[in-house]
Amino acid sequence: MNFTNFGRYILLLKAAFRRPEKMKIYMKAIFQQMDFIGVGSLGLISIISTFIGAVMTLQIAFQLVSDFIPKTIIGSVNRDSSILELSPTISAIVLAGKIGSAISSEIGTMRVTEQIDALEIMGINAPGYLILPKIIAGITMVPMLVIISMVLSISGGYLGGTLSGAVSSAEYIQGITTDFNPYTITVALVKAFVFGFIITSVPAYEGFYVKGGALEVAQASTRAVVVSCISILACDYIVTQLLL
Amino acid sequence: MIEIKDIHKSFGDNEVLKGISGKFKPGVTNLIIGGSGSGKTTLLKCMIGLHTPEQGSVLYDGREFTQLNTEERIEIRKEIGMLFQGSALFDSMTVEENIMFPLNMFTDQSRSEKLERVNFCLNRVNLEGKNKLFPAELSGGMKKRVGIARAIAMNPKYLFCDEPNSGLDPKTSIVIDELIKEITEEYNTTTIVVTHDMNSVMGIGDYIMFLHEGKKFWEGSNKEIAKTDIDELNDFVFASRFMKAAKDKL
Repeated sequence: MNFTNFGRYILLLKAAFRRPEKMKIYMKAIFQQMDFIGVGSLGLISIISTFIGAVMTLQIAFQLVSDFIPKTIIGSVNRDSSILELSPTISAIVLAGKIGSAISSEIGTMRVTEQIDALEIMGINAPGYLILPKIIAGITMVPMLVIISMVLSISGGYLGGTLSGAVSSAEYIQGITTDFNPYTITVALVKAFVFGFIITSVPAYEGFYVKGGALEVAQASTRAVVVSCISILACDYIVTQLLL
Repeated sequence: MIEIKDIHKSFGDNEVLKGISGKFKPGVTNLIIGGSGSGKTTLLKCMIGLHTPEQGSVLYDGREFTQLNTEERIEIRKEIGMLFQGSALFDSMTVEENIMFPLNMFTDQSRSEKLERVNFCLNRVNLEGKNKLFPAELSGGMKKRVGIARAIAMNPKYLFCDEPNSGLDPKTSIVIDELIKEITEEYNTTTIVVTHDMNSVMGIGDYIMFLHEGKKFWEGSNKEIAKTDIDELNDFVFASRFMKAAKDKL
């Protein structure tokens, strides 16, 4: 995203956050988007988180083969990795692919079929009506999905570890309950909030300014996912640097 | 009345509109005609604010549209109805929801009042009972009629139609043309139709503005258009074999 694009992105966000014409209509759109982003992504996030947790446990157990390291460390490393990095970031990248491409292609198609022009001619603030509900749904539902992802990732670690025999049930539970710092949850939720904003606003921007036809909509969709993923990783570093 | 004064618009080095002026009166069907690339759709988009002209002004009953801020523009846009070339119906909404959309946004009417208005508009375009269909289930002509129904839902003072006949068979085109003319006379709207369809020109052109290479070449009515000596206009009007044959017979 070069400076011109960044400037247009900021102006689009400014227009999106203008006072809604009718709150009732916007609320309905927000709940629809919450359903799409939150409920619609639950299955995917659950499967990915459980498997990542299980694989993490096996890999930590593989790497920490030493008589000097207690096996309880497997649980605590898995817990902190899941909470601080894997659940927020992997979930966000997966959601950028699933939701980001859908948002970009939906808004892009509306642009090339003149539906956005129709909204503007009616006197409706098109960025507000189309983008604001998505952003609000993103910043509320992505943190919820991340919390679910954390729980499932740690649970997946338990299942993977105990079923493979890499760690005993008691050792894993002792590991995840020892020296727990609740602040890590705060860091993860701040990340999830920022990622939720990126996942919805960047694809909305890419879709909103599409010119052309089906090919350009597809290109915008691809660009939306790529830019979202890079933005997520950059913001991941910045938030981690600032909060830890 | 809508008045345009000295409209200039360029895209990069390509000057599309080269100083166009004119007046569009209420209660009559105003047509902007011209060949492909003559600038008629660009002029329409400048008039409704989808493009910003580099020079010139657009006046809606004396209100200078190009100088207004966003809120003031929105107030004028609430008085505008627009039929798009591709109808621009909202894919995710039914016919009823499409027509009800502006009513939901800008009125405090009860659901039954809004439904009554929707049914009135659908009845007006001869589509009664099609409330629950989605745009994907409609034919091209039906989409145009739903587009008109949505455009008149808010009782607009100004009605814009961008190539309302494109992609339609001649019979359906005539139905759409007559509908536009009837609505214009019935509600005394200032109607501006962008078209290159000669059936429309001869059928409903009360006032016609002919554009050629970004300039206004001629203005007049459908009764006068066939009697001009302007080569560019005659080339356009009599381009079709049918019109040429009709002229030869005369």
